Amino acid sequence: MYKIVEKRRLNPSVTWMTVEAPLIAKKAKAGQFIILRVDETGERIPLTIAGYDPDKGTVTIIFQKVGKTTMHLDELEEGDSILDFVGPLGCPTELDGYQKVAVVGGGVGCAIAYPQAKALHQMGVKVDVIAGFRNQDILILEKEMGEVADHLYVMTDDGSNGNKGFVTVKLQELIDAGEDYDLVIAIGPLPMMRAVCNLTKEAGIKTIISMNPIMIDGTGMCGGCRIKVGGETKFACVDGPDFDGHQVDFEDAMRRSAIYKSQEKHDMEAHVCRLGGTLNHG
Amino acid sequence: MANMSPKKVPMPEQEPHVRNHNFEEVATGYTEEMAMEEAGRCLNCKHKPCVSGCPVNVRIPEFIQKVSEGDFAAAYEIITSTNSLPAVCGRVCPQETQCESKCVRGIKGEPVAIGRLERFVADWYSKNRQAKTEKEKSNGHKVAVVGSGPAGLTCAGDLVRLGYDVTVFEAIHTPGGVLMYGIPEFRLPKAVVQKEIDQLRKLGVKIETNMVIGKVLSVDELMEEKGFEAVFVGSGAGLPNFMNIEGEELLGVYSANEFLTRINLMKAYKEEYDTPILNVRSVAVVGGGNVAMDAARCAKRLGAEKVYIVYRRSETEMPARLEEIHHAKEEGVEFRLLTNPVKILGDEKGFVNGMECVEMELGEPDASGRRRPIEKKGSNFVLDVDCAVIAIGNSPNPLIRTTTKGLQANRKGCLVVDEDSLQTSREGIYAGGDTVTGAATVILAMGAGKQAAKSIDAYIQGKQK
Ligand SMILES: Cc1cc2nc3c(=O)[nH]c(=O)nc-3n(C[C@H](O)[C@H](O)[C@H](O)COP(=O)(O)OP(=O)(O)OC[C@H]3O[C@@H](n4cnc5c(N)ncnc54)[C@H](O)[C@@H]3O)c2cc1C
Ligand SMILES: Cc1cc2nc3c(=O)[nH]c(=O)nc-3n(C[C@H](O)[C@H](O)[C@H](O)COP(=O)(O)OP(=O)(O)OC[C@H]3O[C@@H](n4cnc5c(N)ncnc54)[C@H](O)[C@@H]3O)c2cc1C
Ligand code: SF4
Ligand code: SF4
Ligand code: FES
Repeated sequence: MYKIVEKRRLNPSVTWMTVEAPLIAKKAKAGQFIILRVDETGERIPLTIAGYDPDKGTVTIIFQKVGKTTMHLDELEEGDSILDFVGPLGCPTELDGYQKVAVVGGGVGCAIAYPQAKALHQMGVKVDVIAGFRNQDILILEKEMGEVADHLYVMTDDGSNGNKGFVTVKLQELIDAGEDYDLVIAIGPLPMMRAVCNLTKEAGIKTIISMNPIMIDGTGMCGGCRIKVGGETKFACVDGPDFDGHQVDFEDAMRRSAIYKSQEKHDMEAHVCRLGGTLNHG
Repeated sequence: MANMSPKKVPMPEQEPHVRNHNFEEVATGYTEEMAMEEAGRCLNCKHKPCVSGCPVNVRIPEFIQKVSEGDFAAAYEIITSTNSLPAVCGRVCPQETQCESKCVRGIKGEPVAIGRLERFVADWYSKNRQAKTEKEKSNGHKVAVVGSGPAGLTCAGDLVRLGYDVTVFEAIHTPGGVLMYGIPEFRLPKAVVQKEIDQLRKLGVKIETNMVIGKVLSVDELMEEKGFEAVFVGSGAGLPNFMNIEGEELLGVYSANEFLTRINLMKAYKEEYDTPILNVRSVAVVGGGNVAMDAARCAKRLGAEKVYIVYRRSETEMPARLEEIHHAKEEGVEFRLLTNPVKILGDEKGFVNGMECVEMELGEPDASGRRRPIEKKGSNFVLDVDCAVIAIGNSPNPLIRTTTKGLQANRKGCLVVDEDSLQTSREGIYAGGDTVTGAATVILAMGAGKQAAKSIDAYIQGKQK
């Protein structure tokens, strides 16, 4: 059992949680993730390690409530425990050898991008952070990102914070203004990452993205997390989750992430009968 | 006077059309009377050919003798002197190619039902006797075991009985390896495996789940920082192979590992579990081994109307246990033999809606001694399916090998060990089971665990001097 030592809501749908997991805290690096299971009948879900403190032996996760498991997790309070918590899984992000990096986060993707921005900042690299949200009300991690960024640009889809536009608008603007990034790290919903990759490909800037397909074991055992990268099949849990954004087959990834969509919708309302019935294409 | 019936005493089973809708055990087991009657078929042969057919040399005629006398407890002691998982082996060993293949009664008629008797004895003991739980006095030496499949569990059990302080590290949340996440409930009830694991815990084996060795701790750290004097690696062969044909990325294409894990470990078939799995109507399972049979029979139980086994050779070459092939057929699984998939087809949303296959014929024997399948040109056709399960084999996961200094592996990624001691290329690190042999059997993995325990004991005792 893994005890929750701190919990706060960053916005109505995003929660910040610190969990006691000393061995993981000692090993974790930016870009890695954990897999957790809330209770015996729960699903295993992956979440990025948003922070870690080897001295205190704690790991921080930041998650958005999107379905049954994340909602269930959100019901736990400080002092409660999570049944299973495995990690650190996946490869750490390759951060060596860059001078100036643009870190682009979309929504809860900012939580995943934050440890990378922080690591780069600590390595003395110049870091610009572009964070995008639907509106001002759901803004998260502004202070934290501000502390590790040379410049922080917060964009909102509806302009409610005074900066209207997608993250790509800002990124293009900065590149056009002569910012010579040698790396872009983009993390967020697949359409956002695809848009960033289209832009950086044009501009000729290497781009790392973090893929989040559906996973079970996270150790290379099930193959459920496979994605296509540069024409090859890769297992995101062991080969990634970071990949060269210019090589990833987004079309394929978007299709695969929707596999249980209709079922999960039912799941939230009433339980689907899983014995029998026909294939539910939604 | 021996019972000269040419046939085994039949195994009581659930009716095929009933059992293919539930996950309860198919074969319900002999009664005491049935067991004694079947035991009477054994001729107690002097040269014991059956024993040489068993990878761990279970003293077969001796235990069967005790069964025929009704002394089941004594039979249990005899079996467990060489086999630590009889309830499992009695159920899943490929007896027809091992012990029973050598039985003289098999020359004219059916061999003695050695597996069924072994299972009976183990189940009887579990129901009627308390297993010993006195802990051995600790000898103060720490040994780590990586992986809790049959290899790891057996090694841990033997070492703890010798007084070692044993910790098993398991990557997923439930110990048992393939016995838990692969082989389905209806063939090997999880309670049977759980009982073995509980017993090991009572004997003092510590089992730490959620510990992916190579990630959270490396083998080197276990030895250098955590004070383990030796490590046994029994991490299995868990990496699924795909066919690399068009359409494998489509929705509704599962590796057998994923399909079976969702069902067996994560209990997708039970209402109260959150695990999703597609509701499928028609499923093609590619492969001809136990894994393929298990996946097909699970698909049937999940409610699929049509389930096909697509296998590129003929039935004679199928590596699955005879009993599984037989059971699968009874349950309505259709066999498309000499058939190979060439492409998986999908609809506009990316869901599987067919599998294009080609017919095969058998040519000359290949390196494996089996006749090589060759495509019949122009024989392509489409199977109407909405799900494909790929069960064409697994390879060892590279995690341990790539995170442990100086650990040698062969071309296929299997760890290289000394045949007698099972020591790897590193002193103090031993390995056995599927991670050394590639996907094989429970009994071989168990045998390797035993052999390694002996070597580890000799190694640590040798260091003392
Ligand atoms: C390596 C990795 C790191 C991740 N890190 C974070 C993180 O730091 N914070 C965070 O909030 N989320 C993260 N995710 C996504 C997170 O795992 C999913 O949101 C979660 O599994 C949803 O579970 P659920 O039961 O609540 O929702 P479900 O009921 O399972 O699903 C709700 C909806 O989300 C979709 N969905 C399910 N799984 C995923 C997935 N893996 N990715 C995208 N959509 C999915 C479903 O199709 C459905 O539409 C990460 C995913 C991966 C693979
Ligand atoms: C579906 C299926 C059906 C089968 N049917 C039969 C049958 O009928 N009869 C038969 O004899 N054989 C059968 N087999 C084969 C048999 O199950 C295997 O040969 C046997 O389980 C191998 O045992 P093992 O201990 O080597 O590995 P496994 O049982 O694979 O156990 C390895 C364990 O190690 C863990 N692990 C892996 N990597 C790490 C790591 N880095 N850190 C920590 N833990 C790790 C895994 O999670 C797993 O629990 C079947 C296999 C499958 C998949
Ligand atoms: S362990 Fe397996 S091979 Fe050996 S006697 Fe028992 S069933 Fe036969
Ligand atoms: S070969 Fe058959 S009949 Fe002979 S001892 Fe073995 S089990 Fe009995
Ligand atoms: S999550 Fe199972 S292989 Fe990646």
